[in-house]
Amino acid sequence: MRDKISHLDWLESEAIHIMREVAGQCSNPVLLFSGGKDSLCLLRIAEKAFRPGRFPFPLMHIDTGHNYPEVISFRDTKTKELEERLIVASLEDSMGRGTIVLKNVEEPRNKYQSVTLLEAIEEHEFDCCIGGARRDEEKARAKERVMSFRDEFGQWDPKNQRPELWNLYNAKVHKGENIRAFPISNWTEMDVWQYIEREKLDLPSIYFAHNRDVVRRNGAIIPITDVTPAKPGDKIENLTVRFRTVGDITCTAPVLSEADTVEKIILETASTVITERGETRLDDQVSDASMEQRKKEGYF
Amino acid sequence: MNDTNMDNTVLRFMTCGSVDDGKSTLIGRLLFDTKTILTDTLSHIEKTSKKRGMSSLDLSLITDGLQAEREQGITIDVAYRYFSTGTRKYIIADAPGHEQYTRNMVTAASTAQLAIILIDGRKGMLTQTKRHSYLAKLLGIKHIIVAINKMDLIEHEEVKFQSICKEYESFASAIELIQPGVDIKFIPMSALNGDMIVDRGSSMKWYEGPTLLEILESLDTTESINRSSLRLPIQYICRPRESDNKGLHDFRAFMGRIESGLLKINDKIKVLPSNLESTIKEIRIGDKLLEEAIKEESVTVSLQDEIDISRGDMIVHADDKLTAIKSFTATICWFSETDLSPNRTYLILHTSRTSKAKISNIHNKININTIEKEQASSLKTNDIANVSFKLAQPLMIDRYIDHRSTGAFIIIDESTYHTVGAGMIDSID
Repeated sequence: MRDKISHLDWLESEAIHIMREVAGQCSNPVLLFSGGKDSLCLLRIAEKAFRPGRFPFPLMHIDTGHNYPEVISFRDTKTKELEERLIVASLEDSMGRGTIVLKNVEEPRNKYQSVTLLEAIEEHEFDCCIGGARRDEEKARAKERVMSFRDEFGQWDPKNQRPELWNLYNAKVHKGENIRAFPISNWTEMDVWQYIEREKLDLPSIYFAHNRDVVRRNGAIIPITDVTPAKPGDKIENLTVRFRTVGDITCTAPVLSEADTVEKIILETASTVITERGETRLDDQVSDASMEQRKKEGYF
Repeated sequence: MNDTNMDNTVLRFMTCGSVDDGKSTLIGRLLFDTKTILTDTLSHIEKTSKKRGMSSLDLSLITDGLQAEREQGITIDVAYRYFSTGTRKYIIADAPGHEQYTRNMVTAASTAQLAIILIDGRKGMLTQTKRHSYLAKLLGIKHIIVAINKMDLIEHEEVKFQSICKEYESFASAIELIQPGVDIKFIPMSALNGDMIVDRGSSMKWYEGPTLLEILESLDTTESINRSSLRLPIQYICRPRESDNKGLHDFRAFMGRIESGLLKINDKIKVLPSNLESTIKEIRIGDKLLEEAIKEESVTVSLQDEIDISRGDMIVHADDKLTAIKSFTATICWFSETDLSPNRTYLILHTSRTSKAKISNIHNKININTIEKEQASSLKTNDIANVSFKLAQPLMIDRYIDHRSTGAFIIIDESTYHTVGAGMIDSID
């Protein structure tokens, strides 16, 4: 007889338990699905939590309009394969409504995702958004609850969060308020990759080493795309790279890597010396507190 | 450097102490010496250390938190940190230790299997040491490490270490912290220099015991699953009736996390509170069929008979003596800024079940600095008290000392929906 379970089994079981609490306590939840690796883990957890039944929530993608085509086609294939409903809430619609006004066309759009997310929450009357954020990603996340309370303006007030004890989660809200639930709070980047390997999860191809035209600016590798074209004087190089996170094109940079399988990525992650967001999320580098600030504004 | 072992087990521990005891330095040291801190974070810490006029790397900055905290120079909440070795994945709950943060300590302790209680070697036992030890006991933590830190500031003297150990032991037996099933270990250390945390260092040759990491790595946390009773609270019912697959139209399965014990196929079970009996037909996790499942596994089970089960019901073995009850006495910790009012109705969340509750009696409150009982007619933030409750709906409860997760509950304010308190059940009335 087994008398203990491995860390991956433990983390998976905790995440399943959290998702079932959302399903049991909330009346209209939604799962935020970006096509990224963390949200793909969430989908596998949802399968283990609810199959052979349907997911008790739709999936929703907050689309900045600046996506790698590989990620979007992957998102659509995955949703079809699961036979679950996908809602796409688009930043360009918010721009059309005038609720997002860019300073200039080149401005990174990541921070505006909050606006579109809050509009979608209001439109669909969601009382809980399940997301793939992890506490090891960033220091404002280290204090995040598993069930994070947001007021009517979607705001996160670090001083007004509900204490979380044992495995008892309080997801009760009034109309207009909502909960952000993070089932993989206790996972690290390594746990995610190990889980992907164990569960043999498919990922968008840009997570694996591939050749891409890039330029180097301020130490970061910037991919050359329609929305991030080369500037005069740029020296375009074709390098072997992979992405550690996927998000809006304008603020997600790849890393130099030869790792073209999950196994190789795990070995690379084990010997890496730079944090996931530090290296590849240009939007978190603006100031020490930029994630904390964005969360207060309603970011997930 | 991360570890790539797929078969680690999880160990959750907490650190008790204030900034002055070197708690942040200790956590920073653990993360730094296990190579968990990556270069971009390190370079940031280097910059900040310089900015603050420090000559060497200030490891306590690793756990430095939110802007709001930095501006006010305080720590306001529990933060969680992670590191991993070849043996275990560790989750550290880092809670500030000041008196006004009792609720944070209680929160951190609720999920911890082990507590590190930090003592400043120059100061010895303080009121807060007693408070932390009492709370660790209250929350049922079975493994205690008393870390006597700052040995570098007391000439690494064994005599001083021994005298603090002796003083602690006599206090621990006075509050009945020393009892069967609870182990207390003492360790001298210097978090600043890294002695006896991951590396031994060369300053305390007289100490022959294990380092902190060696204790964590070798700690035996397995409980006898066979001897503990099955507790499976139901969270969700799977009824894929609307599915296109006709074979699933009559399929019904019950989903939950096994909080205690062992569940096997063909086990005779009963459902509480209805007392309806059946037999386990199938156990699965995802599409994997299992012969048996154990504590901490989230499972989907189906039964031989069609019986009515809802969220909040509990599956136990058919011969279990557990029953549904409507009153109990518990030790509670009050969290809310609004006082507990004995006249109000609250909600109690216990496993996956919620009930309205009224307070029938506040027996006394506990002064956590002296561990003495005092009279009380209402409770304020951070108060700990013995309270009896009357319930509108029956709950299937255990005593906290017997079953941690079925002996625990949280208290929710009926109008704000905030979590205003938490409790551990002492007795069924």
